[in-house]
Amino acid sequence: MIKEIDEKITEIELEIEKLKNEEIVDEAQIYVLKRQKHDLVRMCKDLDAHDKVYLARHKKRPKITDYIDNIFEDFFEQKGDALGKEDGSIYGGIALYKGLPVTVIGHRKGNDLQENIKCNFGMPGPEGYRKALRLMKQAEKFGRPIITFIDTPGAYPGLEAETNGQSIAIATNLAKMSALKVPVIAVVTGEGSSGGALAIGVANSVLMLENAVYSILSPEGYATILWKDSSRSAEACDMMKLTAKDLYNYGVIDDIIPEPLGGAHLNPKNVYKNVDKHISKELEKLVKLNPDELAKHRYKKFRNIDSNYMNLL
Amino acid sequence: MKIPNLRLLKRKSNQVILTDSVVSDMSVKEEKPSATPVEEAMTQCPKCKQEYRKIDIKENMNVCPSCGHHFVISAERRVRLLVDNGFYKPLKCKVAFSNPLDYPDYEEKIVSLQEKTGMDEAVFTCVGAIDGYDAVIVVMSSKFLMGSMGIVVGEKVTQAIEYADRKKLPLIIFTASGGARMQEGILSLMQMAKTSAAMEKFNLNGGLYISVLTHPTTGGVSASFATLGDITLAEPGALIGFAGPRVIEQTIGQKLPEGFQRSEFQMEHGFVDQIVSRDKMRETLAQILRLHSKKGR
Repeated sequence: MIKEIDEKITEIELEIEKLKNEEIVDEAQIYVLKRQKHDLVRMCKDLDAHDKVYLARHKKRPKITDYIDNIFEDFFEQKGDALGKEDGSIYGGIALYKGLPVTVIGHRKGNDLQENIKCNFGMPGPEGYRKALRLMKQAEKFGRPIITFIDTPGAYPGLEAETNGQSIAIATNLAKMSALKVPVIAVVTGEGSSGGALAIGVANSVLMLENAVYSILSPEGYATILWKDSSRSAEACDMMKLTAKDLYNYGVIDDIIPEPLGGAHLNPKNVYKNVDKHISKELEKLVKLNPDELAKHRYKKFRNIDSNYMNLL
Repeated sequence: MKIPNLRLLKRKSNQVILTDSVVSDMSVKEEKPSATPVEEAMTQCPKCKQEYRKIDIKENMNVCPSCGHHFVISAERRVRLLVDNGFYKPLKCKVAFSNPLDYPDYEEKIVSLQEKTGMDEAVFTCVGAIDGYDAVIVVMSSKFLMGSMGIVVGEKVTQAIEYADRKKLPLIIFTASGGARMQEGILSLMQMAKTSAAMEKFNLNGGLYISVLTHPTTGGVSASFATLGDITLAEPGALIGFAGPRVIEQTIGQKLPEGFQRSEFQMEHGFVDQIVSRDKMRETLAQILRLHSKKGR
């Protein structure tokens, strides 16, 4: 449903742009189109899980580079795992957040096909996870809070990734992140699929955008494993309970960051503002804890993450 | 010092052997129930295609006598073959089934697997001694929903790690799993973080963790506690990897080379200390435990 609405909205937006650039601007027609767009956006009130998967993967959805440009200052990119490779699907470095030095790390999908390929569509290999860990350990050394942005279809299931130790790279991140002695905040901004998402997601506070999704696997993969039929992914979306609201109810995430009606891409500025506000709120709480308390807080969070569903005999 | 307990110990160990005959009978019967007496039932080794009486395979630790192919072995039997006098103490874990996704027919599935395998879930946790060295031993079973990790499996593994941490005991985990359990959704994924965090705590407290990778160890288990061992062993020919071979082949659009992701491949690429066959497992683990004991020999 959302796909058709969204495509119409895009069409209208293009039309409006075209009219605006003409020599004689037809204000009346623009007004009519804007009304139409407004009505379409209002139709996006009740989105189901499948709609949210569509929005979470939207090409124009804000990406890590946008968040860095709009929320942080003085960004210094750090490349490479220092073990032999640079993996473009993980982007990271040091930046100032309201004057405070922080380490920012996230999945990077790229904005056009050329970038997509360079970033492997946001699917890291072990080198990407090792780079993330390198940056995190460095942040710990210098006492910098860590902020991660999660947006990945999953860790890359390729020949080279397997040969170079995809499993151990992810496992090591999970283990080492759990004991970091600096504040860690994770924001799920798009799709958070599988261990490939969690590998930079073991945080004191896990936030999630309203239309982002976070799941054990992509809906297509889920349908393939359980029903041997990837075309049943829409059904899987409902089954999997992967929306921000579901995850909040489970106790897996700490807060939901609101998005404009119709999705983050329709008003990115508004999204940056909301993300900023939520990061700031979480960071304020976390900087009050000392290094040991921070590690303990994070440990406890994941130790008891399923406590609502822990039935006793 | 332990003499007063000896008789009790003996009796308990007899009980264990009684349980064993039930469990191992089941492991023999698994393929197709037939009218043939258990002793005469035949099976073919999938690797060398030799025909054997099932009982001969079983008596050889579920290993093919001619080519050394390692068949699946039940969790309890694996422990018994490992520990001194076949005696071990199961760890208590009071966590029960839960169905966070309301997945249809999931509970029925678990109940029927419990009846079929005699296990409460896909992992078995206990304490036992190997050549006199006490250790916490965790064994996963691929016979129980592909050894997949949901809340109960994650919790049992975590509690075993915490027990080893509290009692300052070495920890040995035999992994066998297709990964995180799909039927429990995101909470299964979170078990990866939970178990890995517990393992890191154990690690920082100086605990010894020996990971033994058995066929198959993939997905969310290979990408969490399975690969965090101080020492990593593998049974011969086990499939070990993050993504399964079919998914990789689909992704890259070509056939994978022979032996890809197998134990031998993983050792060659630096992820496994040693490949140890089942008949050498007890002595190898005993050696590692000895080398880590304070007093040496």
